[in-house]
Amino acid sequence: MPAYYLEALTVFLGLVLLMVEAFGPRDSKKSVGILAVVGLILILIATFFAYGPEAKPDSAWAKWSLWNFYNFDGLARFYKGFALVCTILVVLMSLDYRSILARFTDDPESENGTGEYYALPVFACAGMMWMASAKDLAGAFVALELVTITFYILVAYLRRNVGSLEAGVKYLILGALSTGFLVYGIAWIYGATGTMNLAEIGQSLSLVTFEGNVGTHAIPSATAGLADGAVVSLDTTSLLFGIALVLIALGFKVGAVPMQAWIPDVYQGAPTPTTAFLSVGSKAAGFILLIRFLNPLLQAGSPVAPQVLSMLGLIAGATLIFGNLAAIGQSNFKRLLAYSSIAHAGFLILALAVWKPANESGLGSVQTVSFYLATYLLMTLASFFVVAQVRIQDGSEEIAALNGLSKRNPILATALTLIMAALAGVPLTAGFMGKFFVFSLAVEAKLWWGLALAVVGAAAGFYYYFKVIRAIWWEAPAASATPISLPPVTRGSLVILTLAIVVLGVWPQPILWLLN
Amino acid sequence: MLALLVILPLIAFIAILAGAPARKSAVAAGLANLALGLWAAATWENSDHWSISLPVLEKPALHLAFAFTDGMSVIMVLLSVLVTLAALLSGKAPEGRETLYYGSSLLISAGAIGAFAATDLFFFYAFHELALIPTFVMIGLLGRGDRRDAAWKITLYLGFGSIILLAGLVWLANLAGTFDIPTMVRAAQEGSLSIDPATQKSIAALLIVGFGVLVSLFPFHSWAAPAYASAPAPTAMLHAGVLKKFGLYGLLRVALPILPDGMNAWLIPLLVLLVGNILWVGLVTISQKRLDLMLGNSSVMHMGYIFLAIAALASATATGQSNPLAQPAAVLLMFAHGISIAMLFGLADRIERNTGTLELSDLGGLAKSAPGLAFLFGMVAMASIGLPGLANFAGEVLVFLSAFKNYDPAAGLAPVQVAGILAIWGVVISAVYMLRAYRRVFHGPSVPSTENASDLSFADRLPVLLLAVPLLVVGIYPNLLLSLLK
Repeated sequence: MPAYYLEALTVFLGLVLLMVEAFGPRDSKKSVGILAVVGLILILIATFFAYGPEAKPDSAWAKWSLWNFYNFDGLARFYKGFALVCTILVVLMSLDYRSILARFTDDPESENGTGEYYALPVFACAGMMWMASAKDLAGAFVALELVTITFYILVAYLRRNVGSLEAGVKYLILGALSTGFLVYGIAWIYGATGTMNLAEIGQSLSLVTFEGNVGTHAIPSATAGLADGAVVSLDTTSLLFGIALVLIALGFKVGAVPMQAWIPDVYQGAPTPTTAFLSVGSKAAGFILLIRFLNPLLQAGSPVAPQVLSMLGLIAGATLIFGNLAAIGQSNFKRLLAYSSIAHAGFLILALAVWKPANESGLGSVQTVSFYLATYLLMTLASFFVVAQVRIQDGSEEIAALNGLSKRNPILATALTLIMAALAGVPLTAGFMGKFFVFSLAVEAKLWWGLALAVVGAAAGFYYYFKVIRAIWWEAPAASATPISLPPVTRGSLVILTLAIVVLGVWPQPILWLLN
Repeated sequence: MLALLVILPLIAFIAILAGAPARKSAVAAGLANLALGLWAAATWENSDHWSISLPVLEKPALHLAFAFTDGMSVIMVLLSVLVTLAALLSGKAPEGRETLYYGSSLLISAGAIGAFAATDLFFFYAFHELALIPTFVMIGLLGRGDRRDAAWKITLYLGFGSIILLAGLVWLANLAGTFDIPTMVRAAQEGSLSIDPATQKSIAALLIVGFGVLVSLFPFHSWAAPAYASAPAPTAMLHAGVLKKFGLYGLLRVALPILPDGMNAWLIPLLVLLVGNILWVGLVTISQKRLDLMLGNSSVMHMGYIFLAIAALASATATGQSNPLAQPAAVLLMFAHGISIAMLFGLADRIERNTGTLELSDLGGLAKSAPGLAFLFGMVAMASIGLPGLANFAGEVLVFLSAFKNYDPAAGLAPVQVAGILAIWGVVISAVYMLRAYRRVFHGPSVPSTENASDLSFADRLPVLLLAVPLLVVGIYPNLLLSLLK
């Protein structure tokens, strides 16, 4: 099956869901959610059977100009699968979150008007999948906007809840700002290199010869519209300016300094499944786009590589410090997870700031980031499943609401302890492996300040994640607290995610198999 | 086979979670492990079926590998299984918390054995961390007194220490290009892995601080006494007796053989700190007014002796001399101290359960109502002071001898020897606080709390004897252990 079918099927699934929502039963929207999950699982299976044009070079579709905008390699397959798994889990979480969604509609008794909540993530998923295949900045921009615009709605979905509205406005304004940065940056890059195709940007960078800041290169004959051997000049100053703007814009998606300010408020205000989706799906899509974007700029011999690496290093350092130190004082669980998501972005960008290709001795930066994101998905989505249930049953998202959880539901307490330990990076959990690989990369590249910041960050992480464990085990439950019981969907998902965290902590190879 | 030692406690842990009777399953696993451990000590040299290696990651190559690298691992595993069984037998779980109580003890034991038996640097580190989490939970949940503060303090200290350690170990593994510790050591000794002195010095600093925090090296020791005082008895026994030795074991197993120059570069600071352990913490110990805090501080103090052996080894190796006494001294003292401190914590727990207090001022005359308890406590107190005939004496004497092994009268006293002379005063300090405590608790007129205190029952004596016998046997015939180190 040609790879682009995957996105087409996903969009089609979204449209079907809208139809079901419009013509299905008014008072229960459960069927929409279940249909979404089933459809996404089928598409996930199809991912393993998709192939690019290399597989059938003679077929008509393989010659389409679509392939100038879309590529399909191992990395694309991995991140498409990632987006699908994430969306499936988010829709499952939304299914158990129905009662809260319904509370903020015109008629709190019925679920009327909450059906799109299952369809919108599917459209966002299509955008994320397309971002994984990005080959051209224009195409990437369109895919990214599909994701962002869907999130504008999802964040403000509880429109009769002030917190959700506030989050929606903040996300909209900063999202629009970052879109501005992105478009402006792409324009500068286009101006400097004459192309928006990432492969061609790489090609032109490798041909440049320099005199001062301005390099010249002979345009290869394949480039349309220019005479063979024509000489074009390349100004690295304007190219770097464009790159900086794009990095800032992508920083908004991945939650990196200087575009991190929206995260705590939006995470806290948005409905919990949306927060989970933002924190995992949107971040991962941002990272794959970042990887695609950096690939040509950081290739061997690229004249802008040193500057780009120092920009990344600066972002990584600032993000690590901000995320970890600001998380220390949090008392709201969702805000804690928000800062934690910034902190994790810091670790991830640190891995990119090393930019090492995979070799015999270990993983490269791209593999490390992908591995880290996969473990991050498990840990973060599992935490949000718990947050959602505590919110539904206790009406609170404070860490204090978890006080005495060990007495109210020992199994859930054990699972959440494991999840928090994994987020903190305790060995023999999946979270440790990711941090371990990042540490190894920093050591290998002799990036001592990066290693030092990572150590400080991980140590601070110990403090704030163990605050949650402390609440679970050491604090007495509130007098009014009742046992927490988990609905089947949440229970099943939590069991699977927690088991995966433990198994992958001891045996991480399966994720790397998926990556290759 | 060696993997079984790690897996058995884990299986028992899962069985307990699934609803098996907690105490019985835990004790059964402890007994089986003791048998396995003794069998291992008898046969490990002549058979290769003790080692196992499962690849878990291709690039970088990581293996879930267990093996007895040398006699040191055997002795540490032996120490772990002895203390584990004693801890499981001697503690008494609060009503309704049996699952947590025995489950956590089993996890700590599995982590400790795993760390001592692992030959892969990654799992060496990881198993120790695995044991820390249940330690924190046990102290915070089932502890006494200021348990929350104590638990939070130990969590933060050991968490930070572990991360500093991780940075050092990752750096080391990166330079060595492998995670297999024996391969690394071989490469370092053959010269195919040569790390320049400046790098060695930086890595050694990370390892000394990282391992040092875990072993309560002065001045990173302040977590230890309150944590042990607050911890439930089996946790204190397992952590002070076994798990804490991980840091020393790590210095001996990884830092000294691979980074001799780096360790030697920090010789003077290390000596200053270990003298701080012995003298400063020793004086702090004298001033304690509660038996549990006193024992906690004494365990911090005694770490100084083992550091002295490590320092002697570091200075000898780096200067090309040999010091064949130092490593056996350190290992023997680790074993003896682990057994004796576990026994002390176990007996202190009995005293508290029988009299309701551990305040020295509220105790007295306990020897009249509980002679058996008094005898056993007296014996282990003597061991802890370093009385000949008990295992600690053999260890401490070897430590002092190793400090003076390379004494050259022409050159005068080297720093190691100066530290050794100062450290000998620690024996006097130990005698002061141990004998004072013994007199305050067991002698003098009876007070209300001790008048009707019951003595140890047969079931209570079992775990104590389990520890007392090796203490005596190794004390009389230290070669039993030393021959494993040949």
